[in-house]
Amino acid sequence: MKFTRLTSLAAGSMALALVAGACSGSATPAPAASGAPASAAAAASAATGAASAYTAPTDAGKAKGKTIAIISKGEQHQFWQAVKKGALDEAAKLGVTATYQGPATESEVDKQLTMLQTALSNNPAAVCFAALDSKAAGALLQQAQAANIPVVGFDSGVDSTIPVTTVATDNIAAAGIEADKLAALIGDAGKVAVIVHDQTSQTGITRRDGFVNQMKAKHPNVQVVSVQYGAGDPVKSADIAKSIMTANPDLKGFFGANEGSIKGILNALKETGKEGKIVAVGYDSGQQQLDAINSGVEAGAITQNPIGIGAKCVDAAVDAINGKTLPKNIDTGFYWFDKTNINSPEVQAVLYK
Amino acid sequence: MQTTTPPARSRVQSILGGDSIQRLLALGALVLLLAFFSVVVPHFASTNNYIDILTATAVNGVLATGVTFVIITGGIDLSVGTGMTFTSVVAGIVAVNMGLPLPLGLLAALGAGALVGSINGALIAKAKLPPFIATLGMLYVTLGMAQVISDVHPIYFDQQPAFQQFFMAKPVIGIPNIVWVMLGGAAIAWILLNKTILGRYTFALGSNEEATRLSGVNVDRWKIIIYAVDGLFIGLAGIVIASRMNSAQPGLGMGYELDAIAAAVIGGTSLSGGEGSVVGTIIGAFLISTLRIGLSVAGIPDQWKSVITGLVVIGAVWLDILRRRSRA
Repeated sequence: MKFTRLTSLAAGSMALALVAGACSGSATPAPAASGAPASAAAAASAATGAASAYTAPTDAGKAKGKTIAIISKGEQHQFWQAVKKGALDEAAKLGVTATYQGPATESEVDKQLTMLQTALSNNPAAVCFAALDSKAAGALLQQAQAANIPVVGFDSGVDSTIPVTTVATDNIAAAGIEADKLAALIGDAGKVAVIVHDQTSQTGITRRDGFVNQMKAKHPNVQVVSVQYGAGDPVKSADIAKSIMTANPDLKGFFGANEGSIKGILNALKETGKEGKIVAVGYDSGQQQLDAINSGVEAGAITQNPIGIGAKCVDAAVDAINGKTLPKNIDTGFYWFDKTNINSPEVQAVLYK
Repeated sequence: MQTTTPPARSRVQSILGGDSIQRLLALGALVLLLAFFSVVVPHFASTNNYIDILTATAVNGVLATGVTFVIITGGIDLSVGTGMTFTSVVAGIVAVNMGLPLPLGLLAALGAGALVGSINGALIAKAKLPPFIATLGMLYVTLGMAQVISDVHPIYFDQQPAFQQFFMAKPVIGIPNIVWVMLGGAAIAWILLNKTILGRYTFALGSNEEATRLSGVNVDRWKIIIYAVDGLFIGLAGIVIASRMNSAQPGLGMGYELDAIAAAVIGGTSLSGGEGSVVGTIIGAFLISTLRIGLSVAGIPDQWKSVITGLVVIGAVWLDILRRRSRA
């Protein structure tokens, strides 16, 4: 059943790749048309690879009744609520105990390390860890290894060989698709700008670079005129978006790299009366973004699979407890969604409000 | 209050609004900054951009007005940002989740703000906690409570379309109503500080609390009242920010307190108490958002925006110290 869901996700991405190809093919000159489908197909095949490489466990085995400590990046964003739900539901299904916690904001690296320390002191059967800082946890990870506690990385990679696997979205590929989509929507030429939540986290860096590099490589006539950081705050991001519009009156498109950033862009478009005049693409879901996509103000977004990330990290932890070998990365997949497929069951399954 | 014996100069100065030099300095800096950006940064000089700066000032301007009261008493309030989040969530719960009329939701936000402020005041006046500690604690309590009562879900005011329509409408010279709300709040605060007994006690407490107490003023009660007034502005800021986002976002708020304190300090309000003005605070708030937006329009990298904002705060306070030294 797990397997089927992953397969359908992969198939979905593949179908989307075809759509992406068709879109840019019809709307843009030759060089971009040859670029966009190639990258989309690559992303789709990555998802396919993940589906065939990893099969989730159907029962807990030795892990039955044991505790898996999950340290996430926070609890306040809806995205993390969905990850939490996925993890706790999967744990209940398999009959293991999962604890879930995270710091108040995504900048509190030290608090997260304290949480990891405390979790390790309670000697759990496995730890799932979404590092706020990919390098800061080295000593604690060694401590886990010494105590024979397997560590599963999730959401963000950790700069270490200790985690048995990393369960995450391929953000570079996903942001590359955003670049292809936005380029196609503005006729593959003109100025676009990016608002990112921060420039230190893995997700901030990979989404920004995935988008900017894909634009440079495949869409030479699209110019990324500004990349600015709004801390994921919908009001601060709105002020930044407006200042970017001021500096670039001929701006054609915006990419918001997380939920707070795209909310800020949507607020700015509303406040300046530019709704529908500037193309916006986003990331993740949340009610405001879903409404904007339904009404056409936002062209579309990448959704990750937060419930799947939560479920898969528990699955991987259970496998690790049972001594199974895991692939280096478990890709949880992503979708490009817009007005046309927002109501399809496979997209609806991974959206959150 | 006439019987208090604080240092004569700061008292006279503050009551007559005589601390005008710092305000002039801040105003001069604001005008210079606006002129500089307008000349140097392409596209900065446009009516729309100036209105964007006003809009971006609204939330911080209201918070900074509130925090000015407690800073003048020699206190501080670190809970204004997350307190604002808490009050916006309360408005959402009342007006959306409970489905009550919007005005009740807005009143509830103000009430929640006054409650947060009163608790701060009681902790400081009755339990004798240092203001820094009491309000630091309330920073976490209000952030946590905002998430508890909202179940960590944003609350959207979609069922109350009049909310955003009213506050973001631009009936007067293209300026959104939230800016007029900020200026109206500042005008009320100016009257409170300069024309009422509450204002006189606010300055007296900051100049010499012991002398104020010895002259028969119920210092504890007035402290609680002053923190409650600060809390009302927190509630007003909660309304303003919720109207801009058309939602209450329970994860927001950290960091807003520092912008508010910076605005008050740039505007000449002294962290050692006894001196300050609402006019200065509003100028300070404009200065901060002008700086942020100017640097953003100019495309200055984020990290340098932070450095420059910090240097401006340091520079403003340093100028203030130089001025006092030359006066003394």
